[in-house]
Amino acid sequence: MSKSHSLVMLRRNFKHIARNPTSVFNAVLMPIIIMLMFVYMFGDAFSVGVDYIDYATPGLILLAVCYGLGATATAVNSDMTKGIINRFKVMDVSRGAVLTGHVIASVLTNVIAIAALIGVAFLLGFSPAASLPHWLGVVGMIVLLGFAAGWLTVALGLSAKSPETAGLAAVPLVMLPFFSSAIVPAEKMGPGLRQFAEYQPFTPIIETMRGLLNGAPDTTDAIVAVAWCVVIALVGYLWARSTFKKRA
Amino acid sequence: MTWPDEGGKPCQGPCQKRVRVVTGRISIVIGMTNSAIAVSGLRKAYKDKVVLDGIDFEVRAGTVFSLLGPNGAGKTTTVNVLTTLLSADAGTVRVAGHDVASNAKAVRAAIGVTGQFAAVDELLTGQENLQLMVDLNRAVAGDGKRIVADLLERFELTAAAGKPASTYSGGMRRKLDLAMTLVGNPQIIFLDEPTTGLDPRSRRTMWSIIRGLVADGVTVFLTTQYLEEADQLADRIAVLDKGRLVAQGTADELKRQIPGTHIRLRFTTAAELDAAARVLTDATRDDEALALRVPGDGGTKSLRALLDRLDEYSLSAEECSVHTPDLDDVFLALTGHTTEVEAK
Repeated sequence: MSKSHSLVMLRRNFKHIARNPTSVFNAVLMPIIIMLMFVYMFGDAFSVGVDYIDYATPGLILLAVCYGLGATATAVNSDMTKGIINRFKVMDVSRGAVLTGHVIASVLTNVIAIAALIGVAFLLGFSPAASLPHWLGVVGMIVLLGFAAGWLTVALGLSAKSPETAGLAAVPLVMLPFFSSAIVPAEKMGPGLRQFAEYQPFTPIIETMRGLLNGAPDTTDAIVAVAWCVVIALVGYLWARSTFKKRA
Repeated sequence: MTWPDEGGKPCQGPCQKRVRVVTGRISIVIGMTNSAIAVSGLRKAYKDKVVLDGIDFEVRAGTVFSLLGPNGAGKTTTVNVLTTLLSADAGTVRVAGHDVASNAKAVRAAIGVTGQFAAVDELLTGQENLQLMVDLNRAVAGDGKRIVADLLERFELTAAAGKPASTYSGGMRRKLDLAMTLVGNPQIIFLDEPTTGLDPRSRRTMWSIIRGLVADGVTVFLTTQYLEEADQLADRIAVLDKGRLVAQGTADELKRQIPGTHIRLRFTTAAELDAAARVLTDATRDDEALALRVPGDGGTKSLRALLDRLDEYSLSAEECSVHTPDLDDVFLALTGHTTEVEAK
């Protein structure tokens, strides 16, 4: 029964995405616009040792994950504040079906956005050295990150007072990649910021993807990246679960 | 005399009417079949703010019960506890014969809830919203499409069925909301301020829909800020103020407790007021406004009698108006303060 409930909820989430042009714009087009901006406008100004598109693509993949989150937070919150979640609760729809629907829809939006982004990257001369297993690693990393960030965002959305504040709550997640090695290497940043960039969760995740795409993954980065994702997912899941139960 | 309930807590009010039969280890409460909702000693606080301060009431199956009160009185909190969304701090609540705390699943299977804000999915069409309810409802048996079509027809939404709910008017949204609640034929329906924010015409439509539900044998628990609404629909009304029930009874019983309908006559001079006051002995004087308050039911008959009497003594008032009691009067009479203070 619960399985079919999950399917029903997922179908609802997909209809939402398809019918809400703003969420599609933010999740799919925004990362591409940022990619064009950085690669065409600023790309030559940064010297990163390699072709800038090859350096920036892994970071922009992460940015693409984050840009999808605002829509998820807003969607979850409007379900909460408009009484739709209460309606589901009274109908005995499981927490699993309601929240997992949002998380899976969020991950799938990420995957679509990233596929589009990588397509554009190839057009711009992206030339990764990754073999098939490396690519599978990249996909795995994206899904794991999307899943972790998805649960955290669902929790943020459930806790926020209004859809507007929910959208705002996701902003730090959108800004965080800029303070990582996504756009420029951390060692080029000023003191303080540099340490922050080196130790924040997104840097090992980006470095893992960068390594995979270059065909030379770093095991330490990968372990740290996976550990961060597991921790974020767990915190998000537990927070979301308790908020869902408490808030009426 | 009070009966101890299962939890060993003293049971007040409605429970007194029940007879407890103990057969070995099985105890049966007779009278339960007749009561759709039984609440006793219900308390709820958020941190140190007391929202519900021990309320008791009983709703008989097949009737409309209205919880009347201003914003912030605790109406929505009551609905949330009764519909298993919030847990109570103390007291017992039985809905459809099941305890909301220990048997929430059984309660949920028997109820339908329409919240304070129309909980419709704005990105889905009216038809898709109803279909969603059919897909999620475990109680639905048979042809889902047929159920959706019938509900659209019944609520006059067929023409708008294919349009997204975001394009609906306030009244249409409420209708869709209620239609969604009816999927699965719940025996008890909770309506939290179903007409707040609606124009008078949509309000009347909503009222006739609610009357239709009751005619089908459904029990309705309704919260409202409007005395007129409770008066129009409810078999019993409970007045909630600051988390306490300050009065309970039929609409007529409540009206007897509040300053009734009266006719206000305003005169131009003190001499005229004096003369009229001598004639209309049951009237109350307001010297400052040069006015008299004459009790009456507001009907044409009593009004004509009053005017005839003035004529008889060649008296004429500068202004004549009929006043009917509203929620403010009820509150003033029952609590000593007006709703304005409460609503902040």
